[in-house]
Amino acid sequence: MRGREDEWTGLMRSAMAGDDAAYHRLLKAVTPVLRAAARRGLARAGQPPDQAEDIVQEILLAVHLKRHTWDSEAPFAPWLFAIARNKLIDALRRRGRRVFVNIDDFAETLPGEAPQETASAGEVAAQLGALPQRQRDVLQSIAVEAASIKDTAAKFSMSEGAVRVALHRGLAALTAKLRDH
Amino acid sequence: MDTDQLIRSLAADNAHRAPRVGAVLTMALLVAAPLSILIFATFLGVRADVMSAMGNPFFDMKFAVTLSLAIPAIIVSLHLSRPEALLRGWGWLLLLPVGLLAVAIGSEAMMAPAMPMTMRLMGKNSRTCLMAIPAMSLPLLAGALIGLRHGAPSRPALAGALAGLVSAGLAATLYASHCTDDSPLFVATWYTIATAVVTVIGAAIGSRVLRY
Repeated sequence: MRGREDEWTGLMRSAMAGDDAAYHRLLKAVTPVLRAAARRGLARAGQPPDQAEDIVQEILLAVHLKRHTWDSEAPFAPWLFAIARNKLIDALRRRGRRVFVNIDDFAETLPGEAPQETASAGEVAAQLGALPQRQRDVLQSIAVEAASIKDTAAKFSMSEGAVRVALHRGLAALTAKLRDH
Repeated sequence: MDTDQLIRSLAADNAHRAPRVGAVLTMALLVAAPLSILIFATFLGVRADVMSAMGNPFFDMKFAVTLSLAIPAIIVSLHLSRPEALLRGWGWLLLLPVGLLAVAIGSEAMMAPAMPMTMRLMGKNSRTCLMAIPAMSLPLLAGALIGLRHGAPSRPALAGALAGLVSAGLAATLYASHCTDDSPLFVATWYTIATAVVTVIGAAIGSRVLRY
């Protein structure tokens, strides 16, 4: 457990120093842990587990947009779990339940419980449709079609800077819509 | 969009760097401050006898009290803008102005009273105090909330209350230079009520706007 968390901290430090691949690896590595915790939280609230992926995606967006609040001298896991707990409580509350979410939900993940599959979620996809055209196009291109920023810029005759801005604004707008809907 | 695709788009946005919460909070407060100063200059102004008042330790003490509220409140609010942060170990900082006031009240009580206690407590400006501090707080409160929105507080109402303390502390610092009531009893009563009002407003707004 300790080894895993030290590895996360190292990846996040590299990510903050500009290593996009390390960031990608980190997000992939934490996702099964978040998914297992979301399922457990839903189960405890008597909710069907099929909404877990919505919650996982909300947590990932919050992690991304709030990563400047992480202190690079501090371990990454407590910060991550605090964000995840907050988002899980929010999500369950929105579904009409008041539940106590234990930090152990995140820390106690057993290896067998962490399915590696990726799943699609309804909420992010639904909110994506409500974004301004340009942000939606850029997000689609980079996320779904796996195009690079450079290729996306060429495809839409935009500058790379404009693609970066549209991507970031799209992610921020998506998060705001998920929070407020 | 499946989760792998979302992760891909987040990794592509890794180059985006947001400023630190402290920098955004500082900027927001600096933008808001002129509005509060404008309210001060238009309706209040520095008291006429300010030069002689500065020789009165109880006049100076008011600034020590208000700044010992505002500065620790800024520090604690920045601490709480991290999601994993707890108030524990930091909350005592907010007791600094209470301690200073207690010392000031004690020292005033040991001096030969110039006025009876009730007159010192009630003062002449209690009404103005109760209106001026919240009014000058409002622009600063908006600024503090905008700044803290950049953070990720786990308890939005608590973070909002701290934004209230920040703005009330700064507004009270301005107000202290206008008010001719220097007794720590007056400060402990009316400044505290005005600060409490702003803090409750901050908590109420914060519980909505500081969710992330």
